[in-house]
Amino acid sequence: MGRDLTCKELVELVTGYLDGSVRGRRRRRFEAHIAACDGCTRHLLQMEATIRVTGSLTEEQMTEEQKAVLLTAFRGWSTS
Amino acid sequence: MSLVEMLQPSMLRVARMYVSTAAVAEEVVQETWLGVLRGIDRFQGRSSLRTWIFRILTNIAKTRGQREGRSLPFASLAGDDLDAPAVDPDRFDTGEASSQGAWSTLPDDWTGIPEDRLLGRETLAVIGRVIDGLPPMQAEVIRLRDALGWTSEEVRNALDLTETNQRVLLHRARAKVRSALEAYLSSETT
Repeated sequence: MGRDLTCKELVELVTGYLDGSVRGRRRRRFEAHIAACDGCTRHLLQMEATIRVTGSLTEEQMTEEQKAVLLTAFRGWSTS
Repeated sequence: MSLVEMLQPSMLRVARMYVSTAAVAEEVVQETWLGVLRGIDRFQGRSSLRTWIFRILTNIAKTRGQREGRSLPFASLAGDDLDAPAVDPDRFDTGEASSQGAWSTLPDDWTGIPEDRLLGRETLAVIGRVIDGLPPMQAEVIRLRDALGWTSEEVRNALDLTETNQRVLLHRARAKVRSALEAYLSSETT
């Protein structure tokens, strides 16, 4: 446990790091690694960019084929 | 946008995970809204309203699915690739102990990509399709968390997942979206 994180190990912790479930000593080791590693810094920035891309999706872009279903569902709802 | 309009698409997708057809999923959603109206007095505000609505939804959908004789092992919804590495193992050094597990090829630097390209219509269309193609539970977790901004606790409660499962599903989904985005962005530049 005392040894440093490898890059390969770090990439598996990114989701836990971002949601705060990686805490304490593991969090400090994560941050120390990032501070010293260009590759992992880029990877973390890529993950954040990925989240921003998904965050820009509209409901239509998520569910092209669901639109028809949705309208039908509303028709059913308002007449029942 | 009304609460109904806002939640309806996700509700239909979640219902559809458990039942056999889109038509049955619609019935489940309608039954859920009736249940919400009937039970609103019992809503205590201990969870968010949307979480509470989704709990009702998943209960109705699961019961309905069981009645239809659909038995769904967790893996069929969650996908069987949850243990897969987030990044292709070939990107890491496999040589001497001192450098093992370090990047052998550095990831691309995306900071120079203009936002209007990164978040452009075409990129979003590609990513929308990638998410559609994920195993249903991975797709719904990433939609609720990253597209709709729900908290991990809300998603965990709404979809009846453990904390770990929620995180693993999100991790896997994000890893695949990142890798699709990488492929798309690098094909664009060349």
